Amino acid sequence: MDTSFFLAWVDEITRVVAAERDRLTELDAAIGDADHGANLDRGFTAVRAALAETTPASPGALLVLVGGTLIRKVGGASGPLYGTAFRQLGKTLGDAGEVSPAEFAAALEAAVDAVRRLGSAAEGDKTMVDALAPAVRALGAAAAEGAKAAEAFDAAARAAEEGAAATVPLQARKGRASYLGPRSVGHEDPGAASTALILGALRTVGAR
Amino acid sequence: MKKLINDAGTVVSDALAGVAAAHPGLRVDVENRVVYRASGPRRGKVGLVSGGGSGHEPLHGGFVGHGMLDAACPGEIFTSPVPDQVIEATKGVDGGVGVLHIVKNYTGDVLNFEMAAELCAEEGVEVASVLVNDDVAVRDSLYTAGRRGTGATLFVEKIAGALAEEGAPLAEVAAVAADVNARSRSFGVALSPCTTPAAGKPTFQLADDEIELGIGIHGEPGRTRAAAGPAREIVRVAMDAINEDLPLSGETLVMLNGMGATPLIELYVAFAEVDAYLREHGARAARTLVGNYVTSLDMQGFSVTVCHLTDELTRLWDAPVETPGLRWGR
Repeated sequence: MDTSFFLAWVDEITRVVAAERDRLTELDAAIGDADHGANLDRGFTAVRAALAETTPASPGALLVLVGGTLIRKVGGASGPLYGTAFRQLGKTLGDAGEVSPAEFAAALEAAVDAVRRLGSAAEGDKTMVDALAPAVRALGAAAAEGAKAAEAFDAAARAAEEGAAATVPLQARKGRASYLGPRSVGHEDPGAASTALILGALRTVGAR
Repeated sequence: MKKLINDAGTVVSDALAGVAAAHPGLRVDVENRVVYRASGPRRGKVGLVSGGGSGHEPLHGGFVGHGMLDAACPGEIFTSPVPDQVIEATKGVDGGVGVLHIVKNYTGDVLNFEMAAELCAEEGVEVASVLVNDDVAVRDSLYTAGRRGTGATLFVEKIAGALAEEGAPLAEVAAVAADVNARSRSFGVALSPCTTPAAGKPTFQLADDEIELGIGIHGEPGRTRAAAGPAREIVRVAMDAINEDLPLSGETLVMLNGMGATPLIELYVAFAEVDAYLREHGARAARTLVGNYVTSLDMQGFSVTVCHLTDELTRLWDAPVETPGLRWGR
């Protein structure tokens, strides 16, 4: 996978986030403050604008630019968290021009660790980590078995979607939903839902 | 839902343009979204920077001016500002003796201010931070993101601002800010939800005969829902929660804060009950604020914030202040 593959991923994320913007905002209205879809849409729109001005030389440089733009433009908790994830992903990939599924899996693991540290969230807290962590495991396992990118990304996307769905019965322990206590039960976490979209976009691009 | 706006996407910028036009004592950088004192930084004075999502006006931009903040960073509605804004503001108010960040305890505010503080420190600006977390409705901090910062933010900004104005060093200004927070408790109640311009519909549903107890300031639902009753009973729930957490006594600073769409006459009805409750519990409202100070867009409801005063805190509260939102003694 080269820079153009990851550019296509960012384009697909931007498209999906815009299409699902209202659903994400509605999930956030139930247990947060009703702006997750709008914030991510604004962030990825800014990412597209940044990429229109410069073409990064490597997948790593591209993802660092994505992360930095999200940190600068989104605000809230999701800006620093997603921004840090993409930055760490890019930094771990370094300046290699080509990335294998195994290398991407290792970099995504580093990205999830960075998100865990920044947000002090663990699996089961009802956050984006509940979608990210199983996706990283599924991707790592598929890559270790020598799966092709399309299969590995499909496994990761499915694990993220299952992880997001599994946040419904959880009581939130981090973020704004935690203020609701037991009333946060019964709703899908918006951050886990957007993580599933981002990995779903990876599957879409990997299948092309 | 009708709103007095031009476009849901430009509400914050449009409002900042209005703030700039209305208040010559402020300098508003609409592009970078920072509200400064027009007079600029003063050499030898600690700078005070706060910020947070928009929709809580007059917090924070309305509290920029003599005796309070040096700059405020408004984010999108209910969304914390980004690090670039905070960095810009911090550098812009540094009078050479450091800057205090006043941060409400929400995950987003904390993350963005932390990132900004690290980058400012790397560039040689000394930064201290105080985290405001006065909301007693969030009980179990082990299983939550911790208590939210609400009404006490205004007390911290006023009192720390007064001390900074006197030329106190950063460590002392930070210490008094932390002390005010530690002595303050808040509880909020919603009679109606609010509607963000982006969503265009209420953030939650409340029946005509229901109220939401323990709300924050972002239109988020509270911990429990209860039947609506007379102001006396609603105020008692709020004051009981505050009193259980930090028993009332002595001289207090009390704010009865409207959430944005509560008529002032109702706030005074509620304040009479707050005052009676304080007397019953051997405390006195020595200093008071009644009005809309830390709002949640068009939400109907109120919050009560009580701070246990000392003579020194009372003196700093009484010190002159000249901002769009608070003004006395000058």
